[in-house]
Amino acid sequence: MLEVRNVSVAYGQLPAVRDVSLELPAGGILAVIGANGAGKSTLLKAIAGQVPLGAGSVLLDGRDVSKLPAHRRTRLGIALVPEGRRLFKSLTVEENLLTARAAKRSGPWSLESVYEVLPLVAARRSRRAGDLSGGEQQATAIARALMTNPAVLLLDEVSLGLAPAIIAQIYAFIPTIREQGTSILLVEQDVQQATRAARDVHCLLQGRTSLAGTDLDLADITRAYFGGEAA
Amino acid sequence: MNLVGAVVDGILTGGVYALFAAGLSYMFGVMRLVNLAHGAFAVVAAYLGLVLSGAFSGLGDPGALLTAAAVTIPVVAAGGYLLQRFVLQSTLSESPLPSLLVTFGLAIIIENVLLVTMSADTRKLSLGRGIETASIDLGFTSIGVFPLVILLLAVVLLGGLSLVMARTQFGRLVRAVSDDPATVGLTGADPRHVYAIAAAIAFGLVAVAGLASGVQTNFSPGSGGMFLIFAFEAVIIGGLGSLWGTLLGAMILGVVQSVTAVALSPGYKELVGHLVFLLFLVFLPNGIIRRKVRL
Repeated sequence: MLEVRNVSVAYGQLPAVRDVSLELPAGGILAVIGANGAGKSTLLKAIAGQVPLGAGSVLLDGRDVSKLPAHRRTRLGIALVPEGRRLFKSLTVEENLLTARAAKRSGPWSLESVYEVLPLVAARRSRRAGDLSGGEQQATAIARALMTNPAVLLLDEVSLGLAPAIIAQIYAFIPTIREQGTSILLVEQDVQQATRAARDVHCLLQGRTSLAGTDLDLADITRAYFGGEAA
Repeated sequence: MNLVGAVVDGILTGGVYALFAAGLSYMFGVMRLVNLAHGAFAVVAAYLGLVLSGAFSGLGDPGALLTAAAVTIPVVAAGGYLLQRFVLQSTLSESPLPSLLVTFGLAIIIENVLLVTMSADTRKLSLGRGIETASIDLGFTSIGVFPLVILLLAVVLLGGLSLVMARTQFGRLVRAVSDDPATVGLTGADPRHVYAIAAAIAFGLVAVAGLASGVQTNFSPGSGGMFLIFAFEAVIIGGLGSLWGTLLGAMILGVVQSVTAVALSPGYKELVGHLVFLLFLVFLPNGIIRRKVRL
């Protein structure tokens, strides 16, 4: 289980995430939504260890990982699919996937099983990652994260800049990941997409939690998303 | 010596230059760090070899120096790991300036510490006259056995490193860290550790170069600057970031120098080497093997 307790993150003087708390049960799925600049990506980076916490703590199965560098958190089972995919461009697709063996975690995901469920990635295995289309890159980035056999998968804006058909394919793949017992924290700008993928929603507005709950009403979400009298 | 002999001689000299240049090129390719103390560390390795072969002198030639080398190379490599991890790592940034200043300072410190502890006398490493003067007669010219062994060693080491880079998990991680260090942590590998191992490899190579050069020519605490310049020239002529290009560049530099020594005068060989390097810089600034920072 992933717990985020009263986390604040600032870039210099500029606060990006303020006092956010959330819980993600083992095998669960939670969508963090919010407008541009609401602090969603920063929150995921803070959980993964790519930006330092200003305050608060991140716990994985009760263990405080707040002070650990990113690679140690990956080895403990927190995998981030970063914003913008961040593939190693000069490496082939297969080499990108193999780098994740550095996490030294065993589990259901291997080169073979990832290729089996993501034929799009398998077909491009010897291509250089820099030569892939956006959708192929996104699928490869997810595959690379899965190769670490994570307990928690953090997905940052996986639909950004992709064609609707590709987005649908990627979201259709999420249940397959959860079947293996991996819990998912996904960040999404598209409220409809997010609420379809997850019943539990956490809405951020200017770095703060503006709404959180299960099976929320779309009107409430919209208010929390853009900021209104109720928020 | 005839011209053909000079060319053969230059190609052999290229072996040592390639060893000098490979470490420099490798560190630049992996962490975008130009190590201005690279030559100074070669000199450190040569002196370490000198002191240790003195300590092992009971083994006679060539056992003393070979044993000294077997200790020196891993020690210098380990020093490279520690230096990268605890000093150079914190100089890495968008700007190349901090690492240039720190390594430049290191070069000066090393030279002066060596002057104080080892004096300014020129020294030489000894493998014994038999090995150092042994040569193979090819009819039209004769080639030295020791330079030939060093060239073959350079080819084997660079080839081995190329294979490691292309085929192994470590190689993949080095290339990944060269692409995007911030993202490497997400795979579970510590980018600082990968950098430091790469530095250890570069320092191991420079130790081999320093020892080999110490057998072939005299060295003194101030020799680092010349080693660094030859390494730079070989790297630029061959093409930055390409290990095979580096070997080719090193051979070209060696040939230019030895042909100049025969055709013109030995006094001009370094100057003409520099001029050829400048011509490459002007007309082929990406080197012969034109690749965009691939290892």
